[in-house]
Amino acid sequence: MRLHFEIEGGDFTAAGRASSEVKKTLKQFHIAPEVLRKVAIALYEAEMNVVSHAWSGTMDAEILPDAIHVVMEDKGPGIENIERAMEEGFSTATEEVRQMGFGAGMGLPNIRKNSDRMVLTSTPGVGTRLEITVLFKA
Amino acid sequence: MNLQQLNLLFNGTILMDGHISSDYTKAFASDLMSDVLRYRMENTVLITGLCTIQVLRTAEMSNITCIIFARGKRVTPDMLALAKEHHITIIESELTLFELSGRLYQGGLKPVCQ
Repeated sequence: MRLHFEIEGGDFTAAGRASSEVKKTLKQFHIAPEVLRKVAIALYEAEMNVVSHAWSGTMDAEILPDAIHVVMEDKGPGIENIERAMEEGFSTATEEVRQMGFGAGMGLPNIRKNSDRMVLTSTPGVGTRLEITVLFKA
Repeated sequence: MNLQQLNLLFNGTILMDGHISSDYTKAFASDLMSDVLRYRMENTVLITGLCTIQVLRTAEMSNITCIIFARGKRVTPDMLALAKEHHITIIESELTLFELSGRLYQGGLKPVCQ
């Protein structure tokens, strides 16, 4: 099963809708609550990153028998230094993002913590691509 | 403790009863949603002074079923609508985060552990 969502940069009211839809869909597959939580948090953090930093993006989720595989792609400023971006506490978020309760430099480390596989690539000035896989069985 | 026992500790205004038969055992106080997303939040009450739609989204993703908005923050209709959709209980209180935390701690709720 495949799900596709468009994500608008800067639209904080809609931020989280795509992740919410994926969570709702996964619930129907009787996935373990702990796995469901991991998927929801990883996707929501990723979606907030697109809304906070990019101009626009997409989320493509593929639900497989034993895992969920998600690709997030955005058009935006990209990430200059991925290694630094992965450090806890490092953030380039704007004041607006911080006022929403985010932008503390915890997003990417938290995505890594809640996924079984994470691949992050970026071209500065063009955009960022994030691949996440969460296995249904530990 | 259930919702009624919880609210007896600080006499807040229950704006939305999520009607989930939760047994609240822990509380977490934060205005930083990034931190909320880092902890396991089952059976946990969230106390926050941040009043945005993203608090509701964070609760939804973290399986939080009760939020107390501190310092007299007023919840907006779109936040209430999202709370209703996801069966999240919403309570408003004039008290500060510090006083709410103290009362809930004294009432028997435990901190969240990583």
